[in-house]
This record gives sequence, C-alpha cells and structure tokens, in this order.
Amino acid sequence: MKTDELIAALAADAQSVERPIGRTLVLAVVGGAVGAAILFALVLGMRPDVATAVTTLRFDFKFVITLSLLASAFGLVWNLARPGAIPVGWLLALAAVPVLLAIGSVAEMLAVSPADWGQRLAGHNAFMCMILIPMLSAIPFAAALLALRQGAPSHPMLAGAVAGLVAAGIGATLYGTHCPDDSPFFVATWYVIAAGFMAMLGAAIGERFLRW
Amino acid sequence: MAQLNREEEWAALMRAAIGGDAAAYRGLLESLTHSLRAATRRGFAQFGAAMNDVEDVVQETLLAIHLKRHTWDPSQPLGPWVRAIARHKLIDALRRRGRRLEVPIETVLDFLPAEEQRSDLDRQDAQRLIKELNGRQQTIVRSISIEGKSIRDVAENLGMNEGAVRVALHRGLKALAAIHRRGDEK
Repeated sequence: MKTDELIAALAADAQSVERPIGRTLVLAVVGGAVGAAILFALVLGMRPDVATAVTTLRFDFKFVITLSLLASAFGLVWNLARPGAIPVGWLLALAAVPVLLAIGSVAEMLAVSPADWGQRLAGHNAFMCMILIPMLSAIPFAAALLALRQGAPSHPMLAGAVAGLVAAGIGATLYGTHCPDDSPFFVATWYVIAAGFMAMLGAAIGERFLRW
Repeated sequence: MAQLNREEEWAALMRAAIGGDAAAYRGLLESLTHSLRAATRRGFAQFGAAMNDVEDVVQETLLAIHLKRHTWDPSQPLGPWVRAIARHKLIDALRRRGRRLEVPIETVLDFLPAEEQRSDLDRQDAQRLIKELNGRQQTIVRSISIEGKSIRDVAENLGMNEGAVRVALHRGLKALAAIHRRGDEK
C-alpha cells in the first residue's frame, strides 16, 4: 500500500472521530467518583461526629490536601492524555501539595508537645487507612486508565502514575470523612503511602497499557 | 509568515475534517505527509537508520494522527500536536531498530522547508501488513485504499450496508495501527 492509498482509506474513515479526550476524561473521573462514593456509603460511611469535626482546623486541612491533590493531578492528567510536552505549570501545582502538607506538619509540631507526636502519627487505624484508600480509589482508577487509553500520552508511565493520584485524591477525600485521625502527621504518613502506592501501580500499568 | 498561514490552514482543515469533511481531511493528510516524510528522513539520517523504512514510519504516523485526532484541541495550532505524534512514532521506530537515542530529537523534527521526496520502497512492507488483517477487514481496507473504491461501491460489491462497511474500515485501520505497533516488541 502506498502512502497515498493509505490516505484514501483514512479520508474514507473521516466520520469515525471519537469524543474529545478531555470530555472522556471528565466523564470517567466523575463517573468513577460517583461509583466510589456509592461504595463508600454502602461499606463505610462518614464518622459519627462529622458535624462537629468540620468545625476543626485539622479535619478541614485533610480536605485541603486531598482536594488539592485531586485538582492538580486531574489538571496534569488532562494535559498528559494528549501528545506533547509535560505541562510544567500543572506539575508544579501537583508538587505544591506535599509542600502544603509539610507546612501543615510543621504547624502541628509547633502546636503539639513532642511527647504526643508518636501517638498523633500512629493514630487509631493506620493500617485500615492504607487498605481503604486504595480500595476506594479502585473504581476511578480503572475508569481513568480506560479513558487515558483513548488518549495519546507521550509519557505513558507518567500519565498512569498521575491517574493513580487522581484516583487516590478521590479515595482519600472519601476516606477522610470516615477516618478519625486528623493530625497532619497522620496524613503526611499514611495517606501519602496510600497515594504513593496508587501512583506506582498507575506507573506500572501505564507503561504497558497506555502505549499507542 | 508562511509558517503561520500554514498553521491556520492546517487547523482549519482539521476542524473541517473532524466535522466529517473527507475532502478537507484528504488535503490535510497529503499536506502533512510531505512534512512528515522530510522530518522522518532527517531523523533516520541523523541516527544512521536505513532509509527503506521511512515510508513505513510515515504511514504509522498518519494512522496515529487519524486514530488520535480527538486528542487535538481545536483551539490550538495543529503543528505542535502533529510534531509530538511524529516524534513519538519516530522514537518508537528507531528503538525498534536498535538505535540508542542520546541526541535530543527535537532538533530533527523542526518541520521547516519540506522538500518533496518520494519513496517507492514502501509497497512491499505495507502489503505484508495488510495481509495480517482478517478476511473482511482486509478486503475492505484493500478495496478502499489500493483499489481506490468508494464506501458505496464496496458496500454494493460485498452486499453489506454502508454503515457496516464504515465500521469494518475503522476497525481495519485500528488493527493496522496495532500491527505496526507490534513491531516494537519484536
């Protein structure tokens, strides 16, 4: 087949254009989040004292972290789904999340006596946190990877990792309303391990599954 | 200035193509092919790869442009998007041929004055690729590309409706892209 002949076939297939990739990603992430929220409502549910918890700074700070992770990771993956350079602005926005968490941890160090640091870090159910965040992330994770497969990422491994972080942002936001531990120490350790796990899983899957 | 006009023309053609205008699409792909061929040749030359596979990479890039055109943002110029796809496919192709990529490849893909260089070494390889398609897809892709038939003619010849031919053509092109890609893993 000569190239001109291939072009004839491509032109004949002009009407086959798929949904714009940005819309596909939004649908996948919103749909995945709804699925995760239903799973959360069925299996876990919010903690009983949530009405008073929302008035505390530490509780609210958890969601500053998880929602800024979700927003920056989504902005990044929205760009990574298309061929081209890595968008530096979004990468910096994502990098700001751990910085924010470090600032919160320093504030906690100043607010809490060193004798209590260990207990704040260990919390009530660190193990459950590491299990439940990935579990709640599973549906949006699968949805985001399937959507990215429709895309054309120049960096499949990175795109997969960031899809993992989008999912972790959703999972951690939901889990945060259930989890009784609000200290930035706890978040900076166990939430980060859970998100890191999702990112690594996404990188490993993305490297193969997102090639095009 | 010429560069800018060409960008505008390309973007306008692609917008029309995404709207289903086959003639505009054909014109765009022909215009892009000149630039792609020149850029791929430069890439191959820089890394000392044999020139007889250039057309194969051009075709793989055109297929990727086709199957991924929904990843182009119509508010953006088309050139950078095409270059990113071309770069991706060129790197894959060079890796497949065992070239180590230590020189930044951006310098190769600058897309400037695209001298027309035809290559007739393309036929054999692509014939082999088309043969890997399954029966019906192979017949349809072959009729529309090599034999230059219209979808309507093919539908009549095969006793299928046009919609079914369109679906089979699209799947055949996807399969063709996958066959190209499989070469990477060998």
